[in-house]
Amino acid sequence: MSPELEPEIRRRQRERAKIMAILLILFAILIFAVTIAKMTVNQ
Amino acid sequence: MTSLPISQDAASLPATSRDLFALTKPRVISLVVFTGLCGLLAAPVYVHPVLGFTAILCIALGAGAAGALNMWYEADLDAKMKRTASRPLPAGRMDRQTALHFGVGLSFFSVILMDLAANHLAAAILAVSILFYVLVYTVWLKRRTAQNIVIGGAAGAFPPLIGWAAATGHVSTLPMLLFAIIFLWTPPHFWALSLFVRTDYANAGVPMLPVVAGVESTRRHILVYTLPMIAAAVAPWVLGLAGWIYGAVAVGLSAAFLILALFVAGNRATEPKQMAPEKRLFTFSIVYLFGLFAAVVVDKWVLA
Repeated sequence: MSPELEPEIRRRQRERAKIMAILLILFAILIFAVTIAKMTVNQ
Repeated sequence: MTSLPISQDAASLPATSRDLFALTKPRVISLVVFTGLCGLLAAPVYVHPVLGFTAILCIALGAGAAGALNMWYEADLDAKMKRTASRPLPAGRMDRQTALHFGVGLSFFSVILMDLAANHLAAAILAVSILFYVLVYTVWLKRRTAQNIVIGGAAGAFPPLIGWAAATGHVSTLPMLLFAIIFLWTPPHFWALSLFVRTDYANAGVPMLPVVAGVESTRRHILVYTLPMIAAAVAPWVLGLAGWIYGAVAVGLSAAFLILALFVAGNRATEPKQMAPEKRLFTFSIVYLFGLFAAVVVDKWVLA
């Protein structure tokens, strides 16, 4: 791997880390909503 | 499967999120999501919006996972075809291991989430659909037989079954007919496409029907397979599982499909530029499927 690729690698890693963080937050919200929905349906 | 000549620099870079998204075949997902949603909405039960949304999300993620695994396995084929050469793997923008990990991870995630949000049956059918598309269609059939899409078409037919199962927890006659419609629709749809891109398939060594049996035979096959497809399309109305709205749409769209298939059967052109009837049938076949499935839902909501 050539040194000139280093900034591009870091940029892509940052971009993927941000998207993964957003997806994890959305996943947590989804699981919370699914739990509430299942409790509502079961009542 | 052979290894690809990928640019070392490009392949060593982490894949971009745009390329990971492209791995999921977003255009295919739109049809999968739509038919899955129609299966869910046509079910005769109340579905909590959050659970319904999650079930459709799982169907989309499962389809995306299957698409990614398909691209992982077929990277060498994709590189040989104009239509697919710019995909992330053949274009050398991603290493194959990333695609494999992404596809397997997404598969497990979608099935587990479906099990948590809906039920075991929906999760099991989702798992079977992913495995069927990857193992039966991609790995086993596609490179071996001209009947690849006849049997492999079942993979794309599962979404309405999954949607219905997610809503009700069981499977009955109507979702089985919705499955049959897509299953029988797939051969005429893909054969129409493969007629005008057959050089691509021939160059890649994929034994699609026009490559193996010729153009004329494929046109006859399209017409012959259209008949059981139409029978399946009108069956929900004939059997009393859908009302007159669906019946009218199914009869009208099927008549148009049959006329276009007759034009294809009557065409004698061998050059793609002269295959206007085939291109028309291919485009209309997408409208046909959207129309039928939309009619199932409208019929149920209006006449219920």
